[in-house]
Amino acid sequence: MSASETGAALPRQRIDILPALTPLIVAAIAAPLIGSPSTFVTLTIAGLAMGMMIFTMASGLTLVFGLMDVLNFGHGAFIALGAYVATLVLLPLAAWSQVDSLGPNLAVLALALFAAALVCGLVGYAFERLLVAPVYGQHLKQIMVTIGGAIVAEQLLYALFGPEFIPLPLPASLRGSLILGGAAIEKYRIAATIVGLIVFVGQMLILNRTKIGLLIRAGVENREMVEALGYRVDRLFIGVFMAGSALAGLGGVLWALYREQVHASMGAELLVLTFIVIIIGGLGSVGGCFTGAILVALIANYAGFLAPKLALVSNIALMVAVLLWRPRGLYPVSGR
Amino acid sequence: MSASLVLQGVHTHIGRYHILQGVDLAAPEGETTMLLGRNGAGKTTALRTIMGLWRASEGAIMLDGAPIAALHASAIARAGVAYVPETMAVFSDLSVRENLVLAARDGPLDPARVEWIFGFFPALKKFWLSRAGTLSGGQKQMLSIARAIVEPRRLLLIDEPTKGLAPAIIGALIECLKEIKRMGVTILLVEQNFRVAREVGDHVRVMDSGRIIHQGAMAALAADNQLQSRLLGLSLDAHQ
Amino acid sequence: MMILSGDRPRSPALAAVLVVIILTLALAPFLFPGAKPANVAANICVLALLVASYDLLLGYAGIVSFAHVMFFGIGAYGVAIALYGLGPSWGALALGVLAALPVSIVLALAIGLFSLRVQTIFFAMVTLAVAYAFNVLASQLSWATGGEDGRSFQVPEILRPGFHLFEGEVFGIAISGRVLSYYLVFVAAALLFLVLLRIVNSPFGRVLQAIRENPFRAEALGYRIVFHRTLATCISAAGATIAGALSALWLHYTGPDTALSFSIQIDVLVVVVIGGMGSMYGAIVGAALFVLAQNYLQALMGRLSSAAAEAGLPLLPGLFHPDRWLLWLGLMFILAVYFVPTGIVGKLRGKG
Repeated sequence: MSASETGAALPRQRIDILPALTPLIVAAIAAPLIGSPSTFVTLTIAGLAMGMMIFTMASGLTLVFGLMDVLNFGHGAFIALGAYVATLVLLPLAAWSQVDSLGPNLAVLALALFAAALVCGLVGYAFERLLVAPVYGQHLKQIMVTIGGAIVAEQLLYALFGPEFIPLPLPASLRGSLILGGAAIEKYRIAATIVGLIVFVGQMLILNRTKIGLLIRAGVENREMVEALGYRVDRLFIGVFMAGSALAGLGGVLWALYREQVHASMGAELLVLTFIVIIIGGLGSVGGCFTGAILVALIANYAGFLAPKLALVSNIALMVAVLLWRPRGLYPVSGR
Repeated sequence: MSASLVLQGVHTHIGRYHILQGVDLAAPEGETTMLLGRNGAGKTTALRTIMGLWRASEGAIMLDGAPIAALHASAIARAGVAYVPETMAVFSDLSVRENLVLAARDGPLDPARVEWIFGFFPALKKFWLSRAGTLSGGQKQMLSIARAIVEPRRLLLIDEPTKGLAPAIIGALIECLKEIKRMGVTILLVEQNFRVAREVGDHVRVMDSGRIIHQGAMAALAADNQLQSRLLGLSLDAHQ
Repeated sequence: MMILSGDRPRSPALAAVLVVIILTLALAPFLFPGAKPANVAANICVLALLVASYDLLLGYAGIVSFAHVMFFGIGAYGVAIALYGLGPSWGALALGVLAALPVSIVLALAIGLFSLRVQTIFFAMVTLAVAYAFNVLASQLSWATGGEDGRSFQVPEILRPGFHLFEGEVFGIAISGRVLSYYLVFVAAALLFLVLLRIVNSPFGRVLQAIRENPFRAEALGYRIVFHRTLATCISAAGATIAGALSALWLHYTGPDTALSFSIQIDVLVVVVIGGMGSMYGAIVGAALFVLAQNYLQALMGRLSSAAAEAGLPLLPGLFHPDRWLLWLGLMFILAVYFVPTGIVGKLRGKG
């Protein structure tokens, strides 16, 4: 007999708060270690901005995996592709990006983001149809095929754009920092954070308030039952794959501007990072991915200041720690 | 409104296993056909094959005369077939309401229909906005059935709905099934609980080793204890 | 056929190819004198061993791991650190290898035990992350590993190029330290390959394959999955470690790009698929094809690229540029996964 049948109070929707609080806990632990409040604020904002960028890149990957059990090792290629597309927009339009005025700067940035998302979405469609679709359900082949795709994509980028690092200067009005109460906050990081937040809120709204979002959430849990209810999950998946690739491209633009350079090798480098983030967050969970991304970025920044030697392995250490605590990630999806 | 279902010579292979070995089955339109048999006889496989979740390697499946064996599960669902699996398969991360919204393909939820469902399963009203994962086993079963009837369907495939349920809930289930029958929906029901089978079933088909070994009227089987032990290894009266 | 542990090539075509490859490798210093061919031959030996040990894991046990090169690196750095720190003696070499092996095996144990709790894909991703972390660690501990520059070192005297075993020549070739080095690599790789062949054809190997096919059934039959998969991971790691040691010994150098780079892992994956997963011979055939292509195809590509540039064609010079040989390798790899899943060995044996 459940509580409701005996007339007891209705159980409310229990949201597991503790994992979402971990970034706050980490920040609270780091604050006294860092000491200076202004440094702490700078590092924390840097961490948030980086976390947003990583989240943008990783969220598509986690949904693609959650919905169709497809782990796209080629995801990094879309990150790099987005960055290269940005160079095709920002460099020719230097007149707009290098004038020290917020309006044209934001306009050209928005254009670059839009172009990157569009191109990556379309290439994502081709990638899914040609490489991924033929090997649905065969995990081993699918891992290998997407790795092959990643290699070919990276080499194609070198062939098309050349193997050198391409410098990508920030739009003029986004360079430098604002000084707020003694803390230096880079202007670009604020912009990146805003973009990342828009992406996150947008995803949350779509997932929780629209029928498509409902289908995606249900499909991540039990694809077969969604089909038995009359929906073509494979079509849904193509859409999610395209969206994921577009988001990767978007993240690539943000990251390339942050580093102020573009090179195809960033794809492989960021792939490992996104894998770590979605493992930490829980495969298939967008909320987990968001929390994981912020955690990873905060720790990378704090560690970079406190113990630079450890900073590079801080991601792995974090992943091991999280998996020991929650073996399926911070917010695992039911049924996986 | 409802549809007739006919299987002819259906074979299903799962990997190396030959589970359905030539199933010939007819579920008449507007009536409730029970699918009985020992564990492992192939009843769940039969339902899944009809639903298109598993592909028949041979044979024909006809819904109102139209062949559906080669169709994708989603197409079969859109042809008006609803499936209530043995595992219930409710979406735990979605609320009860969202589970039903998903099942209501043709448009928004019909409030009258929802109220009608609440009549059988009041718990669903109580848990309307709660995550389906927080429901008890019996309540999940109610939700699973509610999903199948939230919109009019032509054929219901139901797999062991009463398994593990408390007797009081089974009573509510029987009422619900009787009401659906009165609406004239065709039902193919796999059930181990013979009280339910007897009260709800019009026809009976018995499966063994992937084939139909007996078919006839439920009433006839219920009246014949010897036939029951021969086919099912026990008598219907022996079970509640 | 005892030496092949009963695992015959089972195809005249495959047997012929294997005989050609192995004979050529055995007689390489005499057939193709010179530094470059020797390098090619040694690379084939090392890669074949590395791929064979990976095939044990992937093809036979069905475990997808991206941490294989990590064990290769441990072997290579073990030798490098020992010979650099303790001087070029056989004792130091032995110490390096004997110290590297336990490190690899313990790591393999940890990874192997972890693999049992998680799904295939999850495990693959974690091995990727671990390998990445190891790379970073190796470049950070530069006092030991030489960081980005790696470690150059001297080898024991008889393996040095300047050393001559005796005056005079055999079949026109002086038996220098280089030749001796080569035969050390060749013999060690061959022996270990035969050991791996023995293992996969033993009851242990068959149980591994049974587990790969159907873990539930295997468990129901009473096989200890934990034990078998963990042991397979350890053996595979040991094989890779020795391959790494041999590589370091040949190059007289160990660095991140020769011993730890992820591109080596990609190469191994590509070779094991193109050669044929689940058949040890695939490692030999695949490695030979790969190293030959890597060395000689690039020259061909270079000529194609210049020709295209001279003809004024767009895009083609870039696509055929020798640096882009991975592009074509990647395409072949994808095609192999789709159309030739049993690899070259499978094709030669006549299976689809």
